[in-house]
Amino acid sequence: MKGTNLGEFEELVLLTIAALVQDAYSVAICDELERHTGRVSKLGVVHAVLNRLEEKGLVTSRMGEATSARGGKRKRYYEVTQAGKVGLLRAKEVRDGLWNIIPGFNIETA
Amino acid sequence: MKKNIKEADSENIQPPRWAVRFLAWYCRPSLLEDLEGDLHEYFERNLKAKGPRYARLIYIIDVLKFLRFYTVKKPDFLNLFIHYIMIGSYLKTSRRSLVRNKLFSFINIIGLAISMSVGLLVIAFFTDLVSYDNFHVKKDRIYRVVTKNEADGQPAMDFASMSLKAGNKIKESFIGFEDITLLRPGFSADARVNNKTVLPFSAWWADDSFFKVFTFPMLEGNPFTALQEPYSLVLTETTAKKLFGESDALGKSVQFDTLNYTVTGIIKDIPNLSHLRFEALVSFSSVENAEWLVKGEKESWDHIYSNYAYFTLPKNGNTKGLQKSLDRLSANENKGLKNTRISLSVQPLSTITLGKHYSNEIGHSFPVAVAWILAGLAFVVILSACFNYTNLSIARSLRRSKEVGIRKIVGALRGHVLGQFVTESVIIALLALVFSFLLFLMLREQFMSLDQFPEKLVALELSPRIVFYFIILAVVVGISAGFLPAIFFSRMKAIQVLKDASGLKVFRQVNLRKVLILVQYTFSLMFITATMIGYDQYKGFLALDLGFNTENIVNIKMQGNKSELLKKELAEIPEVGMIARSNMITSLGSLYGTSMKYKDPRDSARLYLNFVDANHLPMHGHKFLAGGNFTTKPEKGNETEIIVNEQVLKRFNIANRNPEKALGEVLQMDDKRLTIVGVLKDFHYGTVEKEIEPTAFRYYDEESTGGYLNVAVKSADWSETRAHIEHAWRKIDKVHQLDAKFYNEQIELAYSQFLMMVKIIGFITFLAICIASMGLFGMVVFTTETRLREISIRKVLGASEGGLVFLLSKGFLFLLLFATLIALPATYLFFDKIVLTNFAYHDPISLSIMLAGVLVIMFIAFVMIGSQTLKAARSNPAEVLKSN
Repeated sequence: MKGTNLGEFEELVLLTIAALVQDAYSVAICDELERHTGRVSKLGVVHAVLNRLEEKGLVTSRMGEATSARGGKRKRYYEVTQAGKVGLLRAKEVRDGLWNIIPGFNIETA
Repeated sequence: MKKNIKEADSENIQPPRWAVRFLAWYCRPSLLEDLEGDLHEYFERNLKAKGPRYARLIYIIDVLKFLRFYTVKKPDFLNLFIHYIMIGSYLKTSRRSLVRNKLFSFINIIGLAISMSVGLLVIAFFTDLVSYDNFHVKKDRIYRVVTKNEADGQPAMDFASMSLKAGNKIKESFIGFEDITLLRPGFSADARVNNKTVLPFSAWWADDSFFKVFTFPMLEGNPFTALQEPYSLVLTETTAKKLFGESDALGKSVQFDTLNYTVTGIIKDIPNLSHLRFEALVSFSSVENAEWLVKGEKESWDHIYSNYAYFTLPKNGNTKGLQKSLDRLSANENKGLKNTRISLSVQPLSTITLGKHYSNEIGHSFPVAVAWILAGLAFVVILSACFNYTNLSIARSLRRSKEVGIRKIVGALRGHVLGQFVTESVIIALLALVFSFLLFLMLREQFMSLDQFPEKLVALELSPRIVFYFIILAVVVGISAGFLPAIFFSRMKAIQVLKDASGLKVFRQVNLRKVLILVQYTFSLMFITATMIGYDQYKGFLALDLGFNTENIVNIKMQGNKSELLKKELAEIPEVGMIARSNMITSLGSLYGTSMKYKDPRDSARLYLNFVDANHLPMHGHKFLAGGNFTTKPEKGNETEIIVNEQVLKRFNIANRNPEKALGEVLQMDDKRLTIVGVLKDFHYGTVEKEIEPTAFRYYDEESTGGYLNVAVKSADWSETRAHIEHAWRKIDKVHQLDAKFYNEQIELAYSQFLMMVKIIGFITFLAICIASMGLFGMVVFTTETRLREISIRKVLGASEGGLVFLLSKGFLFLLLFATLIALPATYLFFDKIVLTNFAYHDPISLSIMLAGVLVIMFIAFVMIGSQTLKAARSNPAEVLKSN
C-alpha cells in the first residue's frame, strides 16, 4: 500500500486542488500553496507531485480552452477523484484520531 | 509615453527559441503543451517583475530543471526497429550506387583511406606518447625538480637538471615529499669481468631511494638496499647477459679501471615507453665523496647541468609547500650570485615526455606544440577528404533523388532518410579504414625509418585499444563526411522530386561546394609553400657561414683513448694532413659552459667553452681580430691563456671592446686566472637557433683522455682513407668501434630533426594535394557531364573550342586564384612571425620559392581542368544531342 499513501506535500497539493474547484491548474496551485503556507513552492516540485497523484489515480486532468495568454498554450486542469477524496478523508481521520488522544490540547479545542 | 513603448516591447519578447525547442525535443508529447504554457506564464511574470534578461535566464534554468525521468520521452523503439530492419536495404542500395559510379566511389574511398592512414599514424603516435611512464605505480605522485637560469643580457634557460647542492639540501632539510632520489648520468668506463671480457659500459649514478620512487621490477636482489653501499651495481637483464652470459650475475664483481663493483640487483629490461633509459645503475654513494665531484660542484649552486632529482608526494599531498621551500632556498642561495638568478620548480612526471622543452633533458621528449601541429595537419587532410565526399554526394544528389522520393512515399520519415545516408557514409568510411589500415602499416615502416628519433621515441605497436580508436575515427569520419548530404537528402520533398527532378535546388548548394573547394586548395597551397620554404631554410642552415672552415675535416671520437697514440699512428697515413684536438665538436647543438668573472668578483656571466690544442684554430681557419694562437703549452694544470670571441669583450666591456687593447686582460673561471692572448671574430658555437654568446677556447690538457681528434683529409677516396684510419684505430683500441665522421655530415645530422619535420610536412602536402586534386577532378567531371548538352548547342551555334574551355573552367580558375590570395600571405606570416623567430640566424623567406609552390599546384589543377573541359568541348554535338 506504499503507493497510495499520501505524503505531506501530496496532501497539501490535493487539498489545494479541491479548494480551487474549477480553477486548479499548475501555476494557480503553486500560487495558492504559497499564499496558504507562506513557503515558496517551486513549479518543478508541484508539477512532479501532480504527475504522481495522477498516476496514483487520486486526481484526473483535462485540457482547457486555448487562449492568447501563455504563448497560446492550453492549461491542464486538475480535479480530485473519488479515490482522492477518500484518501484525504482518511488522512484527516488519522489526524483527528491522534488529536483526540492528546489530553491537554483536547480541552482547549473543546 | 516612454512606459508605453516599454510595455509594447515587452509583449514581443519571447523566451529563448533554442530552449523552447529543446523542451519540445525531450518532453513527452502528453506533458508538453501545459508545461510549455506554465513556463511561458512564469516567463511573462518575470518579464514584468525583473526584466527580459532575468526572465530568459530563469526560463532556460527551468527548461533544464524539468529534464527528469518522468518528463523525458521514451526512446522510440519502433523507429529503431525500422532502422534495424532497413539496414539490409541500405546496404544494398549503397552497394549499387558505389558500383554504378566507379569514379566517384574511387575518389571517395581512396581519398578517405589515404587521409585516414595519416590519422591512424597520429593516433598511434599520440597514444604512445601519452602512455609514457605509465608503468610506475606512483606515476601520479612523481615529480621532477627543474631549474630556471636567468642571467642579465642572456636569454633565460630552463633545465631539466639541477645542482647537486640543491639536491642535497632538499634531501636533507625539506619536508613535504615522501621519497626523493638523485640521479646522475655519465658513468662510462670499460667493464672487465674476471679480468677477461672487456666491454664498453655506461650507467647512471642513483641513490638508494631510486626504487622507492620508480617502479622497475627487480628480478634478483633487494630493491631497497641494492643502491645503498658504495660500489654497488644494478644491471638490467640485457646488460647482465652481456657481461656474464647465462651464468648468475648477482653478487659477482665487475672491474672498472682499478675498482671492483659488486652486482647487487638485476632488474627487468626497461619498458619501451620510459623516459628514463639506462643500461645499469651505480650507487650514488660510490661517487659522492670523490675528489673531482667535491671540488668541482658539490658546493656550487650554479653548476646546474649534471644532476636530476625526482620525488614522490605523499598521498593527497600537494606541491605548494614544497614550492615555497624551494623559492626560499633559491632566494637565499641567489644572494651569492650577481646578475644571475637560479630558481627551482617542480614538474609532474606526465608532462616530461609530452610537454615543454627543457635543456639537458635526461631522456626522450617531444614538444607538445609539435604534437599538436602533427595532429592539426592530419585533421586538415582528413577534413579535405570529407569535403570531397560531401561535395560529390551533394553534386550527384540529382541521381539519387528518385530513390529518396520513393522511400518517402513508401513511408520513410526524415529521420529514416537521414539514417540511411549517414549509415552509407559510415559504411564507406569503414571500407576505407580497411585500405587505410594497410597503408598505415606501410606508412609506419617509413615513419620509423625516417630518422633515428621516432624509432627511439615510440613503438607504434598495435593494441586492442588502438584498434578501437581506429574504428572510432572511421565512424566519426563517416558521420562528419555524410552529415551534410544526409541532411540535404532528408529535406527533399517527395512530390517535387518525382514530378520534376530538375526543379530540385541542387544548385543552391553551389556556394557551399565552392567554399569547400576553396578551403581545400587554400590548405594545399599553404602546405606546399610551407614545405618549400622549410626546405629552402634547411639548405640555408647547412650553407650558413659558421665563421670557420668545416670542409674536409674528419672528427674521430677518442672514446677514452689517449689521443697521442692515435695521433702518432695517423701521422703515418699519407692522406692525413693536419691533426688537431678538441674537447667537443661545436655547432652541433651541444654546449659546454662555465661561469666567468672579470674585475668585479660578484659579476659572473655564462661562458661557452671548448678545449683545443694549438693546431685546432689554424686548421679550422678561425679569424683573429687581435693577438694569436696559444703561445705556451700549459705544464700540469698551470693553465694561463685563453682565446675569446667579441661577445666576451662586449659582456664585460673589456677595454671598451677594442680587441687590440683587450689582449693581456685577465678573466677568472674555475679557480684559474687566464690571460686573453687572442680575440676571435664571432663564430657559431651553437646551432642557428642560438644567438652568438660569449665563447672562448682554452688549452686542452695534454694528459686527459677522451674528446676528439680533428683530422684534415686530403684524398678524394674517402672509403680507402677510412680503411687506413680504421687500421690505425685497431692498433690502439680493440674494444670500441671507430667513430669517425665528416664535420659537414655531423652538421647535417644536427639539423636532421628539422629536415624530418620538413619531410613529414612534405608528405602530408603530397597527400593533401592528391586529395584536393581528386576532389577537383570529380567536380570538373560532374559539371562538364551535366553541361554536355549546353556545350553541344553552343558548339552547333558556332562557339570555339577555346571559348568553351574557358567557359567551363573559369569558375574553377577563379577559385584557385582566390585560394592563392589567402594562402600565400598566411604562410608568409606564419613563417615570418612564428616559425623563424625560433632561429636567430636564417635567410629571408624567398618569394620565388613560394611562387614555385603555387605554380606546381596550378599546373596540376590546369591539367585536370583542361583535359576534362577539352574532352567535353571536343565531343561531337550530333551524338550528344541525339542520344539524349
